Amino acid sequence: MSDHAGLAVIFIGVLFDLFGCIGLVRLPDLYNRLQAATKCVTLGTCGIMFGVFLMQGFNELGVKALLAIPLIFVTAPTAAHALARGAHISGVSLWKKSLCDAYAQDKRRTDKGKPAS
Amino acid sequence: MNIDPFLVAFVASLVGLCFFCLYRAWRGPTVADRMVAIDILGILVVGLCPLWAIYARTTYLIDIALAWVILSFVGTLALAKYLGGQQFDE
Repeated sequence: MSDHAGLAVIFIGVLFDLFGCIGLVRLPDLYNRLQAATKCVTLGTCGIMFGVFLMQGFNELGVKALLAIPLIFVTAPTAAHALARGAHISGVSLWKKSLCDAYAQDKRRTDKGKPAS
Repeated sequence: MNIDPFLVAFVASLVGLCFFCLYRAWRGPTVADRMVAIDILGILVVGLCPLWAIYARTTYLIDIALAWVILSFVGTLALAKYLGGQQFDE
Protein backbone atom coordinates (compact mmCIF):
# COMPACT_ATOMS: atom_id res chain seq x y z
CA MET A 1 0.00 0.00 0.00
CA SER A 2 2.73 2.49 0.94
CA ASP A 3 4.53 1.38 -2.21
CA HIS A 4 1.68 2.82 -4.27
CA ALA A 5 1.63 6.09 -2.33
CA GLY A 6 5.41 6.40 -2.58
CA LEU A 7 5.40 5.74 -6.31
CA ALA A 8 2.66 8.36 -6.80
CA VAL A 9 4.64 10.99 -4.86
CA ILE A 10 7.82 10.10 -6.76
CA PHE A 11 5.92 10.44 -10.04
CA ILE A 12 4.74 13.93 -9.05
CA GLY A 13 8.32 14.81 -8.14
CA VAL A 14 9.68 13.63 -11.47
CA LEU A 15 6.94 15.64 -13.20
CA PHE A 16 8.05 18.79 -11.33
CA ASP A 17 11.65 18.07 -12.36
CA LEU A 18 10.48 17.79 -15.96
CA PHE A 19 8.76 21.19 -15.81
CA GLY A 20 11.83 22.76 -14.24
CA CYS A 21 14.15 21.39 -16.91
CA ILE A 22 11.81 22.53 -19.70
CA GLY A 23 11.92 25.99 -18.13
CA LEU A 24 15.70 25.80 -17.94
CA VAL A 25 15.94 25.09 -21.65
CA ARG A 26 13.12 27.24 -23.03
CA LEU A 27 12.95 30.49 -21.06
CA PRO A 28 14.62 33.59 -22.52
CA ASP A 29 17.11 34.98 -20.01
CA LEU A 30 19.14 33.96 -16.98
CA TYR A 31 16.80 35.21 -14.28
CA ASN A 32 13.72 33.52 -15.71
CA ARG A 33 15.64 30.29 -16.10
CA LEU A 34 16.98 30.49 -12.58
CA GLN A 35 13.54 31.05 -11.10
CA ALA A 36 11.80 28.27 -13.02
CA ALA A 37 14.53 25.70 -12.65
CA THR A 38 15.34 26.27 -9.00
CA LYS A 39 11.80 26.30 -7.65
CA CYS A 40 10.51 23.37 -9.68
CA VAL A 41 13.57 21.18 -9.25
CA THR A 42 13.79 21.84 -5.51
CA LEU A 43 10.18 20.83 -4.95
CA GLY A 44 10.49 17.88 -7.33
CA THR A 45 13.56 16.48 -5.64
CA CYS A 46 11.97 16.92 -2.22
CA GLY A 47 8.95 15.02 -3.56
CA ILE A 48 11.21 12.20 -4.68
CA MET A 49 12.83 12.10 -1.25
CA PHE A 50 9.44 12.02 0.50
CA GLY A 51 8.26 9.25 -1.80
CA VAL A 52 11.35 7.22 -0.96
CA PHE A 53 10.58 7.76 2.72
CA LEU A 54 7.00 6.55 2.19
CA MET A 55 8.25 3.45 0.40
CA GLN A 56 11.00 2.57 2.84
CA GLY A 57 9.65 3.64 6.23
CA PHE A 58 11.95 4.22 9.18
CA ASN A 59 14.99 2.31 8.04
CA GLU A 60 18.40 3.65 7.12
CA LEU A 61 17.50 4.76 3.60
CA GLY A 62 14.14 6.30 4.52
CA VAL A 63 15.40 8.37 7.42
CA LYS A 64 18.33 9.69 5.42
CA ALA A 65 15.98 10.61 2.58
CA LEU A 66 13.80 12.46 5.09
CA LEU A 67 16.92 14.21 6.41
CA ALA A 68 17.81 15.36 2.91
CA ILE A 69 14.52 17.27 2.50
CA PRO A 70 15.28 20.26 4.80
CA LEU A 71 18.86 20.25 3.55
CA ILE A 72 17.74 20.74 -0.05
CA PHE A 73 15.03 23.22 0.96
CA VAL A 74 17.64 25.41 2.67
CA THR A 75 20.60 25.11 0.33
CA ALA A 76 19.12 25.22 -3.19
CA PRO A 77 17.23 28.58 -2.93
CA THR A 78 20.18 30.13 -1.09
CA ALA A 79 22.56 29.14 -3.85
CA ALA A 80 20.14 30.41 -6.50
CA HIS A 81 19.73 33.74 -4.72
CA ALA A 82 23.47 34.24 -4.42
CA LEU A 83 23.87 33.30 -8.06
CA ALA A 84 21.24 35.79 -9.22
CA ARG A 85 22.86 38.55 -7.16
CA GLY A 86 26.32 37.74 -8.49
CA ALA A 87 25.07 37.64 -12.05
CA HIS A 88 23.30 40.97 -11.66
CA ILE A 89 26.40 42.61 -10.20
CA SER A 90 28.62 41.16 -12.91
CA GLY A 91 26.37 42.75 -15.53
CA VAL A 92 24.29 39.95 -17.06
CA SER A 93 21.55 41.82 -18.90
CA LEU A 94 17.84 41.17 -18.57
CA TRP A 95 15.60 40.02 -21.38
CA LYS A 96 14.80 42.95 -23.67
CA LYS A 97 11.04 42.63 -23.01
CA SER A 98 11.47 42.77 -19.22
CA LEU A 99 9.34 45.50 -17.68
CA CYS A 100 11.35 46.68 -14.68
CA ASP A 101 14.60 45.98 -12.87
CA ALA A 102 13.84 46.55 -9.20
CA TYR A 103 17.29 45.57 -7.97
CA ALA A 104 18.98 48.17 -10.22
CA GLN A 105 16.54 50.86 -9.01
CA ASP A 106 17.24 49.86 -5.43
CA LYS A 107 20.99 50.05 -5.94
CA ARG A 108 20.67 53.48 -7.56
CA ARG A 109 18.58 54.73 -4.64
CA THR A 110 21.01 53.51 -2.01
CA ASP A 111 23.94 54.98 -3.95
CA LYS A 112 22.20 58.34 -4.04
CA GLY A 113 21.48 58.31 -0.31
CA LYS A 114 25.06 57.54 0.58
CA PRO A 115 27.45 60.45 1.24
CA ALA A 116 30.11 60.87 -1.43
CA SER A 117 33.35 59.33 -0.27
CA MET B 1 3.65 -5.56 -6.66
CA ASN B 2 6.89 -5.48 -8.57
CA ILE B 3 8.13 -1.90 -8.44
CA ASP B 4 11.39 -2.36 -10.33
CA PRO B 5 10.07 -1.27 -13.78
CA PHE B 6 8.71 1.95 -12.27
CA LEU B 7 12.03 2.71 -10.61
CA VAL B 8 13.93 2.06 -13.83
CA ALA B 9 11.52 4.35 -15.70
CA PHE B 10 11.98 7.13 -13.13
CA VAL B 11 15.76 6.82 -13.18
CA ALA B 12 15.77 6.83 -16.98
CA SER B 13 13.63 9.95 -17.14
CA LEU B 14 15.87 11.73 -14.62
CA VAL B 15 18.93 10.82 -16.70
CA GLY B 16 17.11 12.26 -19.71
CA LEU B 17 16.48 15.48 -17.79
CA CYS B 18 20.20 15.65 -16.98
CA PHE B 19 20.81 15.93 -20.73
CA PHE B 20 18.52 19.00 -20.77
CA CYS B 21 20.81 20.57 -18.18
CA LEU B 22 23.90 19.56 -20.16
CA TYR B 23 22.38 21.22 -23.23
CA ARG B 24 21.99 24.46 -21.27
CA ALA B 25 25.53 24.15 -19.91
CA TRP B 26 26.78 23.70 -23.47
CA ARG B 27 24.77 26.49 -25.11
CA GLY B 28 24.46 28.96 -22.22
CA PRO B 29 25.42 32.42 -23.43
CA THR B 30 26.88 33.59 -20.12
CA VAL B 31 28.94 31.98 -17.38
CA ALA B 32 26.05 32.26 -14.92
CA ASP B 33 23.84 30.18 -17.23
CA ARG B 34 26.34 27.35 -17.13
CA MET B 35 26.56 27.62 -13.35
CA VAL B 36 22.77 27.40 -13.04
CA ALA B 37 22.74 24.35 -15.29
CA ILE B 38 25.40 22.55 -13.27
CA ASP B 39 23.64 23.41 -10.01
CA ILE B 40 20.35 22.00 -11.30
CA LEU B 41 22.18 18.96 -12.62
CA GLY B 42 23.50 18.32 -9.12
CA ILE B 43 20.03 18.50 -7.59
CA LEU B 44 18.69 16.10 -10.23
CA VAL B 45 21.43 13.59 -9.45
CA VAL B 46 20.59 13.94 -5.76
CA GLY B 47 17.04 12.92 -6.61
CA LEU B 48 18.30 10.04 -8.72
CA CYS B 49 20.47 8.47 -6.03
CA PRO B 50 17.79 7.14 -3.60
CA LEU B 51 15.73 5.71 -6.49
CA TRP B 52 18.74 3.76 -7.67
CA ALA B 53 19.46 2.76 -4.08
CA ILE B 54 15.98 1.21 -3.78
CA TYR B 55 16.45 -0.58 -7.09
CA ALA B 56 19.88 -1.93 -6.15
CA ARG B 57 18.86 -2.79 -2.54
CA THR B 58 21.76 -0.85 -1.09
CA THR B 59 21.91 2.15 1.25
CA TYR B 60 25.23 3.83 0.61
CA LEU B 61 23.99 5.80 -2.41
CA ILE B 62 21.93 8.10 -0.18
CA ASP B 63 25.16 9.11 1.57
CA ILE B 64 26.50 10.18 -1.82
CA ALA B 65 23.33 12.22 -2.31
CA LEU B 66 23.71 14.02 1.04
CA ALA B 67 27.35 14.80 0.35
CA TRP B 68 26.47 16.00 -3.16
CA VAL B 69 23.90 18.47 -1.79
CA ILE B 70 26.47 20.14 0.45
CA LEU B 71 29.26 20.14 -2.14
CA SER B 72 26.96 21.60 -4.80
CA PHE B 73 25.83 24.30 -2.38
CA VAL B 74 29.36 25.30 -1.39
CA GLY B 75 30.62 25.23 -4.96
CA THR B 76 27.78 27.33 -6.35
CA LEU B 77 28.03 29.82 -3.49
CA ALA B 78 31.77 30.25 -3.98
CA LEU B 79 31.42 30.72 -7.73
CA ALA B 80 28.56 33.19 -7.22
CA LYS B 81 30.66 35.23 -4.80
CA TYR B 82 33.51 35.19 -7.28
CA LEU B 83 31.18 36.29 -10.06
CA GLY B 84 29.72 39.13 -8.00
CA GLY B 85 32.99 40.33 -6.51
CA GLN B 86 34.77 41.03 -9.76
CA GLN B 87 33.71 44.66 -9.88
CA PHE B 88 34.12 45.39 -6.16
CA ASP B 89 37.88 45.47 -6.07
CA GLU B 90 38.42 47.80 -8.99
